[in-house]
Amino acid sequence: MKSLEELQKIKERALQRRKLAGEGARARIVVAMGTTGIAAGARDTMAVILKELEKRGISDVVVTQTGSAGMSTYEPVVQVQVGNSELITYGNVDANRAVTLIEKHVLGGEVVAEWQVK
Amino acid sequence: MTIFRDLSQHILDIAENGVKAGATLLHLTIEENTAADTLRIVVQDNGSGMNAETLAKVEDPWYTTRTTRNVGLGIPFFKQAAEMCAGAFRITSEPGVGTTTEAIFQHSHIDRPPLGDLAGTLLCMIVGFAGVDVLYQHCVDACADTARADTARADTGRNFTLDTREIRAILGDDVPFSDPDVLAFLNESLHEGLTSLQGETT
Repeated sequence: MKSLEELQKIKERALQRRKLAGEGARARIVVAMGTTGIAAGARDTMAVILKELEKRGISDVVVTQTGSAGMSTYEPVVQVQVGNSELITYGNVDANRAVTLIEKHVLGGEVVAEWQVK
Repeated sequence: MTIFRDLSQHILDIAENGVKAGATLLHLTIEENTAADTLRIVVQDNGSGMNAETLAKVEDPWYTTRTTRNVGLGIPFFKQAAEMCAGAFRITSEPGVGTTTEAIFQHSHIDRPPLGDLAGTLLCMIVGFAGVDVLYQHCVDACADTARADTARADTGRNFTLDTREIRAILGDDVPFSDPDVLAFLNESLHEGLTSLQGETT
């Protein structure tokens, strides 16, 4: 493992940034994993989402995973909720779509209706 | 044939079972022994466990605990993958203690799926399962005696351990694993560790 001293510095930086950003998360992203989700590429979708947060230095978005969303034909399925607005469910979210969803919905606040599943 | 293209996907799938069973610690052990030509994968959780009756059913492809769909295939697929590669598969479980899933493969078997993107699987486990700690121990030819893995001779093999409890102890409760700097730290740690495991031979 990399040095734990380095981690101490990361903690201080992160706390400083969170103080500036204020309380609460900007958005919540939920990736449906489950056996069929993983087979459809949900793990790779999640990896891309995390990579984007890392790359763009986004610290106020919560990313979690759940079991299968019960929508196997649309997997990988990703849900996005910005602030207290409605939780939007997206289907067939591959790496490219994941990046677009972060740009448009998470950061831009704009629902990408064409990928939405209801 | 299974629906997963590599073992790292099986591992994430099995780990998810543990989280659904309320686990707070997932312990992933991977042991590669080139002399014995074995690859051993153990996923141990401290979730609610299963009684003997449920345990007897989980290797059955038509059994599932889920309610949204009626087919649960994760465990039978993992079992099949191991057995196709001159290996073995075993699940042990105890109510209130947890479940241990163990799959052994002939390392060099032509049909053995690659380990795949272990870093991706571990990152998903660490970040995606909120409140669940992950202990990852991976050794290559340094694990002849698993009971004394910590005394493995460094000159004959390589090993890598990542314990999120150590990371959590430093970060405290206010900095999540999804913080961009923490993500970068985790990514680098995992890639460095996995690269060091490969050594010069592969």
